[in-house]
Amino acid sequence: MSHLLTWVLFTPLAGAAVLVMIPGRAHAALKLWANLIALAGFLISLPLAMRFDRDAAGFQFVERAIWIPAIGASYHVGIDGISLLLVLLTTLIGFLAVLSSWNSIRDKLKEYYVLLLVLQTAMIGVFVALDFFLFYVFWEVVLAPMYFLIGIWGGPRRLYAALKLFLYTLAGSVLMLLGLLTLYFQHQQQFGFYTFDIGALMAVQMTPAMEQWVFWALFLGFAIKVPMFPFHTWLPDAHVEAPTAGSVILAAVMLKMGTYGFIRFSLPLLPKASVNPWIAQTLAVLSIIAILYGAFVSLMQHDWKKLVAYSSVSHLGFCTLGIFSLNPNGIAGSVLQQVNHGISTGLLFLLVGLIYERRHTRQIEDFGGVASVMPRYATVFAVAMLSSAGLPLLNGFIGEFTILAGAFEANRTWAAFAVFGIVLGAAYLLWLYQRTMLGKLVHEENRHLPDLTLRETLTMAPLLALVFWIGVYPKPLFEILERPVNQIVERVKPGYFADRQAELR
Amino acid sequence: MNLWLIPTLPLIGAAVNGLFGRRMPRMAINAVAVLSVVASFLLALNVFNNLGDQPIVERYFTWIASGALTIPVEFAVDRLTMVMLLIVTGIGSLIHVYAVGYMAHEGGYYRFFSYLNLFMFFMLVLVLANNYLLLFVGWEGVGLCSYLLIGFYFLENWATSAGNKAFIVNRIGDFGFMLAMLLMFNQFGSLDIPVVLEGAKALPVEHSAGMLTAIGLLLLVGAAGKSAQIPLYVWLPDAMAGPTPVSALIHAATMVTAGVYVVARSSAIFTHAPIAMDTVAIIGLATAVMAALIGVLQNDIKKVFAYSTVSQLGYMFLALGVGAFSAGIYHVMTHAFFKALLFLGAGSVIHALEGEQDIRNMGGLRSKIPITFVTLMAAGLAIAGFPYTSGYFSKDEILLAAHHHSPWMFWVGVFTAGLTAFYVFRCLLLTFFGEYRGHAHHPPHESPPVMWIPLAILAVLSLGGGFIAIPHYLEPVLGHAGQAHDPTLVIIATSAGLIGIAIAAWMYLIAPGVPDAIARTFKGLYNFVYNKFYVDEAYNAAVIQPVIEGSRIFLWRGVDAGLIDGIVNGVGKRSRGLGGILRLAQSGNIRNYAAWVVMGSILVIVFLGFSGGAK
Repeated sequence: MSHLLTWVLFTPLAGAAVLVMIPGRAHAALKLWANLIALAGFLISLPLAMRFDRDAAGFQFVERAIWIPAIGASYHVGIDGISLLLVLLTTLIGFLAVLSSWNSIRDKLKEYYVLLLVLQTAMIGVFVALDFFLFYVFWEVVLAPMYFLIGIWGGPRRLYAALKLFLYTLAGSVLMLLGLLTLYFQHQQQFGFYTFDIGALMAVQMTPAMEQWVFWALFLGFAIKVPMFPFHTWLPDAHVEAPTAGSVILAAVMLKMGTYGFIRFSLPLLPKASVNPWIAQTLAVLSIIAILYGAFVSLMQHDWKKLVAYSSVSHLGFCTLGIFSLNPNGIAGSVLQQVNHGISTGLLFLLVGLIYERRHTRQIEDFGGVASVMPRYATVFAVAMLSSAGLPLLNGFIGEFTILAGAFEANRTWAAFAVFGIVLGAAYLLWLYQRTMLGKLVHEENRHLPDLTLRETLTMAPLLALVFWIGVYPKPLFEILERPVNQIVERVKPGYFADRQAELR
Repeated sequence: MNLWLIPTLPLIGAAVNGLFGRRMPRMAINAVAVLSVVASFLLALNVFNNLGDQPIVERYFTWIASGALTIPVEFAVDRLTMVMLLIVTGIGSLIHVYAVGYMAHEGGYYRFFSYLNLFMFFMLVLVLANNYLLLFVGWEGVGLCSYLLIGFYFLENWATSAGNKAFIVNRIGDFGFMLAMLLMFNQFGSLDIPVVLEGAKALPVEHSAGMLTAIGLLLLVGAAGKSAQIPLYVWLPDAMAGPTPVSALIHAATMVTAGVYVVARSSAIFTHAPIAMDTVAIIGLATAVMAALIGVLQNDIKKVFAYSTVSQLGYMFLALGVGAFSAGIYHVMTHAFFKALLFLGAGSVIHALEGEQDIRNMGGLRSKIPITFVTLMAAGLAIAGFPYTSGYFSKDEILLAAHHHSPWMFWVGVFTAGLTAFYVFRCLLLTFFGEYRGHAHHPPHESPPVMWIPLAILAVLSLGGGFIAIPHYLEPVLGHAGQAHDPTLVIIATSAGLIGIAIAAWMYLIAPGVPDAIARTFKGLYNFVYNKFYVDEAYNAAVIQPVIEGSRIFLWRGVDAGLIDGIVNGVGKRSRGLGGILRLAQSGNIRNYAAWVVMGSILVIVFLGFSGGAK
């Protein structure tokens, strides 16, 4: 099948177009179609992994077409190992998010599923675009469906949360646009033609001051999305108010758009600014603050979902720390941890959603002893918690340790602080588990909570399988990542590998 | 040799019981759980028969391969691992058998055995691993199982809290372990144990702190967490919340000795880092004394033995720190015999008294549960170092080495030996002699054979196990250890134990009023020790409360909700006002709009610049 990547990209959107034509009252048909399309979207992305050539340099499945010649924008897509993993994460999580909505969404079904599917295409687009303009379009399109998902199907403070998300990200994207346009005009000045092609933009030469300015502009756009401290306060509100599928997608995929932006754009396009010791140091320190701060604040949450949201801040801190370690272990570990966070936090949000559907509260104090009535739920939750806490043989550990190895190579003090974050991670997760699952059943309302249904178990089963698979045999993922990561490191730090070779001799 | 089968059999057992145990009859659960561990033991014996001078190494597959970081799944057996393998599978088998009887009336039966088998898996990975990261897998895994089993009675808050405490304190130790691994990788380019140790041997001995000292000290932090040494010992006494077979297997015989194993395994690093060595010795000695002092005043039979475990682990660290690595492992083995027996015997007593654990409510049980009585006395003699029992040999080995290193350590060790004999016999005498002081509904009854047969086997090992010449066997791995046999020192050390027993006998058999009189006379000191030196309270005030309150008041309410969101909401309000003014600028001209977008963006940047500066 040629144009595979285009198929992967537009299957959800095409499905959404058909969905629009199904009458809004035909609930069963709407649900069924949305699930089928989401499943198809996932299945069609699998050949990407099967046909992906780990040893090939550069991008694969590349497709290119003229789009807006007047401004030099083109439809240019392709993936390397980094995008591959994130695309697969997106198609899987997208499907599970649709599946998880079966019972939880009861009104405006049609609009809901249309938005989810549009969102799906936009997120995939972000990870496959090789044209900065195309990337920017997808990046902005992601925002709208999420805004409505929170604003319409969200909790009581949904309007505040949606607006906060919107304003925060919009401020970031406007700055990103400015940085992008600077690159674009610089390219025109130096080469005489307009293009948004990432490969072409890499040739742009800028004064250090200009390059740093562009770096900070892009940084704000990406950092707000990640979110890095201190731009994170939209996240807890958005998560708490979002419907379950929204939270899952937000945490598992959307946050990765920011970290992906750093890896795909900031580092290769602005290598001199990225290696500037002052900049790298600042970003590493912000990452470490996020790790510790997110963990400390998680510790004190009363709202189950908010706790998981703050834990995301902490985990994403590891991801950004890995990136700004600027070495192969740091970056590869970071991408792996982005996938791992998608899996484990995706699970955690699904679990919170399931309990909320049953009890209509997320206050930790309203639970306790749930393990006695929902043993299967408690088991899945235990695995998700341990995965998130980075227990060896589960996925989280692999990413964390690789990042730490990278961070340690860059700066020992960073690594020491980050390791401390792992201690705290165990603390807030175990405490959450104890207060919700263990102990005696104190609230009568919880006595008759039904355990996981078959559909619910099946929703989480693929993620659970991945938790163990990545934990025990992550080697294929490292192989997929090796080439693109090395390329980026060589781009940012020319001669890095030659120096390492010399050092070994 | 198929070394991988040794840990995998218990893993299969754990999986079978964990997944299907709920619907399986008890006999089937027992068979799966016990036979998988016994089969591991038999396999280990087979390895023992085939082990020559060279270690057996088996590589299975590459686990992690990222840049220069390559971690294979690789098992190796040398003589040190062999000893640990036999201890873990041997004692493990006995305790599994015992648990079949002990847990017979408990709920969650399949869950218990699933966890216990899972523990065996991780513990065996720990001792078999040929690189530090794989060792760390076992290390964390046993911690997880410890957490699960301490919190086995998960309806009870004290149990789950004790589980959390154990896991988190161990994580603090892991902080050191992880940094040690990162340093090793940075220094030697590998985490393979042989590579790291060869690299360490090639470096000069560090007389001032250097790389190896740092690695050694960080490993010690990890070991102190797992093996309950000062300042991270606080989780172990609470860990007694788990069922008694768990206390015997995990929190006495095997898991808690993992720290000792890691230090002995890394002896090449420590011998080149004398500062780290001295720290190990001093921490070990201090832990030994302090825990023994606390043990004197405990009234819960399991707590007495728990502090005794902390104290004995301190002994082992003392051995490591003074360079007598093989003596440390020797004591790991003998301690596994007599301490497992003490706990299982205590379990038998608790079983007989329907759950009573307070020795003040016991007494006179020697005629009621004679087998338990005899076996526990054997364990007591062994831990007190009575001549020719197992503890006598290993303890003398340690004390002689300590004397060789610095005599004052010997004398502190001797004092501790006396204290140990005293508090163990205080506990045993209060349990078995005098009048029965409890109020059980049924008369105490002896445990069934499935429980007392393991006790009997352990009693034989506690008395005679010292004749297994571990230091000699370990010479190819850990070097020649034996100090010149000094009869005077041996007599001093042994008499300390005998005097301890004698004082206990005098105070609790002959002159029962004396303990209370002493308590009244030294009331302040008594309370201080009775409350375990208030260490838990101090940690709570100095660490836990500041973290909780600081996170809540300062970080969350202050920085997050107050400062950052204050600014964000402020921006929101102001930009709404700004939007009203901008509406005036609507002209319908596209070029104008574009200009406004750019200007607006610049304004936002400037604004963010200012508000960023204000922070």
